[in-house]
Amino acid sequence: MSRNLILGTLLSSLVLLAAVVSFVWTPYDHAALNIPDKLQPPSTQHWFGTDHFGRDIFSMIMVGARTSIAVALVAVGIGVGFGVPLGLTAAARKGSWLDEVIMRGNDLVFAFPSLVIAILITAVFGAGAVNAIIAIGIFNIPVFARITRGAALSLWEREFILAARVSGKGAARISAEHILPNVANLLIVQGTIQFSLGILAEAGLSYVGLGAQPPTPSWGRMLADAQTMVSFAPHLALIPGLAIIVTVLGLNLLGDGLRDWLDPRIRVARA
Amino acid sequence: MLRYSLKRLLSLIISLAVASVVIFGVIEVAPGDPASFMLGVNAQPDTLAALRAELGLDVSKLQRYFNWVGGMLTGDFGTSYTYRTPVSQMIADRLWVSLPLALYALTLSTLIAFPAGIYAAARRGKPGDLAVMGATQLGIAVPNFWFAMMLVLIFAINLRWFNAGGFVGWETGFWTGLHSLTLPAIALALPQAAILARVMRSSLLDILGEDFMRTARAKGLSRRQALWRHGVRNALIPVLTIIGLQFSFLLAGSIIIEQVFYLPGLGRLVFQAISARDLIVVESVVMLLVFAVITVNFLVDLAYAAVDPRLRSRT
Repeated sequence: MSRNLILGTLLSSLVLLAAVVSFVWTPYDHAALNIPDKLQPPSTQHWFGTDHFGRDIFSMIMVGARTSIAVALVAVGIGVGFGVPLGLTAAARKGSWLDEVIMRGNDLVFAFPSLVIAILITAVFGAGAVNAIIAIGIFNIPVFARITRGAALSLWEREFILAARVSGKGAARISAEHILPNVANLLIVQGTIQFSLGILAEAGLSYVGLGAQPPTPSWGRMLADAQTMVSFAPHLALIPGLAIIVTVLGLNLLGDGLRDWLDPRIRVARA
Repeated sequence: MLRYSLKRLLSLIISLAVASVVIFGVIEVAPGDPASFMLGVNAQPDTLAALRAELGLDVSKLQRYFNWVGGMLTGDFGTSYTYRTPVSQMIADRLWVSLPLALYALTLSTLIAFPAGIYAAARRGKPGDLAVMGATQLGIAVPNFWFAMMLVLIFAINLRWFNAGGFVGWETGFWTGLHSLTLPAIALALPQAAILARVMRSSLLDILGEDFMRTARAKGLSRRQALWRHGVRNALIPVLTIIGLQFSFLLAGSIIIEQVFYLPGLGRLVFQAISARDLIVVESVVMLLVFAVITVNFLVDLAYAAVDPRLRSRT
């Protein structure tokens, strides 16, 4: 296993652990106001200090991890759930009108950055975590559709697929039974990358007020709240930012590590 | 090349048309009538009808769509529901902040990424390469708006080299204007520079493995000469594509950065419009951003086909 994979797994597990543990335990109630203890720097009592309402930042970071992971994970799920079948269909019907429609549709969605989709959705339906998920999820669909189609196209040329066709299997069955397992590695790596991009996008959206709304804690909104207080309480901005960096860095390293580990050519070369 | 360009132009027009239908469609789903929103619940029916006529809301949806698109083609984006001023004027004013900011950031990101990528590729596997790659890994993980806050903390609040926010305006002079966009541009540029440096490095490494590089060395060029004369020039093609694509991301990304620095750009315009339910402004800004993305992609494709003839026959 590479160093990237180990470090990536370690950092990602740390964040995941914080999120899972927050369901049963946090040092303090993340929503409990305690004005007399407001704006305290990190100490043994409050490991990450307190915010302007005296809330414990460590607890807020733990619960915020939940929001970040949930939003990014469901958004990846939307991308995989719609993008992969679309990509498989386009590859199976290569050159047909269906392929053309799917790929041009992808190009179109690509022209809408997730922030722009979020702006559109929020303008109409109002802000919220669900709308952030939809915006990031829609942005993920063409990513997975393209990568699936690209990988599937080269597989369709292979002899084992020809053998499957000769044995009488239809395009849908071949896609599900033979193509999908062979592109799974690629999808796992891309999924990790989109997951980390999703964490960044969620933070950005909640920072500008288009993501999770109070009282749901989110790292992006903690940063937005910290903005006016950064001169006298820099820890308010520093800590949520570092949480985002650790998570995204961990996932990116995990993605790089997984790619090297899952790619048989690199593994053979190393052996 | 001409046939390819025409084909791409046709697909550009279709994409823009479909995008405009999608944007108009989504905004039309919005509940509520802008006229009654503006006049409040106690509005008289005849005042309401007059306002609806003034805003062009008294015709069918199809007619309104064509009015909107036709207006945009002639530079008339309609009238803002809240400010009662032409939307095109509002956008033009804000573009003078957002567009220079995106261009400034693009320049900075290129200036950082090129030397970093070339340096790393030339020292592949050595400590210098590892340091650059580590820094880019970190650069990609840093949210640009958080980095912006840190820049404000260090360079505006502590060192007082820059203003913490706001824009002085171009009328105070080019350099003064540029100075007040410097921190936002750095914040916007850094994560993009990290991506670009990685692309530059891997593109250059691909080229360095080519046979013609060995030939260049064999005919007596030093490593450095071969790198600059043959390596960097050839490695630039994929890098230029990424730069083109980054421009549209920078324009969209500036929306968030503008919030950190309280800059009066497109971002602030669109967020004010969202909270005031000034949907015609939202609609027009979103269309403009999507137009920028689609058009830049189109230009990148054309530039790419111009330097790599193989691409023209592929489509």
